[in-house]
This record gives sequence, C-alpha cells and structure tokens, in this order.
Amino acid sequence: MIEPATETLSVVIEREIPFPPEKIWRALTQPHLIEEWLMKNDFKPVEDHRFNLRADWGAVDCQVLAVEPNKTLSYTWGAYGLESVVTWTLTPTSTGTHLRMEQSGFRPDQQQAYQGAKGGWPRFFGELERVLGELA
Amino acid sequence: MKLSANSLFKALGDPTRRAIFEQLSRRGEQTVHVLTEFSGVSQPAVSKHLAALKIAGLVQLRREGRETHYRIRPDGIAPLVDWLTFYSAFWHERFDRLEDLLKRMDQ
Repeated sequence: MIEPATETLSVVIEREIPFPPEKIWRALTQPHLIEEWLMKNDFKPVEDHRFNLRADWGAVDCQVLAVEPNKTLSYTWGAYGLESVVTWTLTPTSTGTHLRMEQSGFRPDQQQAYQGAKGGWPRFFGELERVLGELA
Repeated sequence: MKLSANSLFKALGDPTRRAIFEQLSRRGEQTVHVLTEFSGVSQPAVSKHLAALKIAGLVQLRREGRETHYRIRPDGIAPLVDWLTFYSAFWHERFDRLEDLLKRMDQ
C-alpha cells in the first residue's frame, strides 16, 4: 500500500522511452500536445509563467520554476489546496530517453536542505510500517 | 484528496522537524530528552517542533513522571499516504497516454 514512497516522500515515475529527448520535450511543453496526454492548458516554457491545467473535475494552478530545453522542466502543482512541485528529467540513452517525473510536497529548497541532512528518506516508509506494526 | 496532506507537508517542511519525525518512525517512542540529544538543537526548540508535529496530528504524547514521551500517531500519516497513492496512479495513467501520443507523433 505504501509502495509509491519507498525511495523518497514523493511520487517518482521512471520509464525508458524509445524516442529522443527532443521529441519528448515537445510533448511536455507544447500546449496542444500537453492537452493530448495531460490536460487542457495555457502552458509556456518560460520561467515564472503561471498557467492552469483544466479538466472536467477542476483546475490545477501551476507556475514554471525551471526550464532547460530537452533536459529538465519543473513547475508548481496546486490542487485541492495542496501545493507540490513536479519535476521532469530527460536523460538520453542508447535506445532513447530515460524519463523521470517526481512530484514532491516539499519545495526544492526544502528538498535540498533535507538531502544535505543525515540519512534522508530512503526506506523511510518501510521503517515506518515496521514501527506501526509494532504499535498495532 | 484531503486538505490535511497540506498541513502534513508544511509540518514536515522544516528539515530538523523532519529529522525528529523520522527518528520517531525509526525508533518508536522517545522522550523529549533523547530527541534533544539526537537533534543537536536546544530542548525548547525540540519542544516547539514536537508541538507543531502534534498540531499536524503526526505525533502523540504520554507523560510519565517528569518525562514526556512522543510517538508517531498511526492515523496521522494516512493523508500523506492517500496523496502518494492518488498521484502514483494518476501519473502512471498519464505516462501511458504520453507514450501513446509519442507513437502517434511518429506517424
């Protein structure tokens, strides 16, 4: 049940995609393409640009944090009163691209401060489950 | 989705507080005294962090003599787990759609 967070306190999805970073970058940054796989939007690949993602069930308020073409893209993701940060990382491989998406409830500065601290979150939820099991 | 995930992330936004919480999750119940030694900050600072964790519903306390013992509150972490579970499913589905789109873009 707690599997999504075995590495960090965030949602991380990683996939090997058989297409080059440039092509994936277009799908991640061109509004008419974003709409096809994510939601309707007024995205622009410009730092500080504010945009919305819209669906029948509501809207997500976003702001671009970082843009490095074909390499990394991050934006805030505000929905249901909770602000998080979505970061895309594209790494070229011999067969295409390693695509990584991380959504974290911590701001990047908090993330960094934390990773600098001892231990980190690795296996955190595993440990937590163990302790909760002992409490039960 | 519950609003309370927001207060959990806020409560855990501070690195020292997060370290204290992690320590409780690893070691089980601890006294304020032990947590102060572990964290390397003053006892008033530790107490302040623990109070914030308590308000967020992440920890509960038990007094015994002059010592106050803190431990993780199992229900407290639930909104965070809900958040992670929800977005994990959401993004897996969107990745599938993204891959479909990339195939179509080729044609």
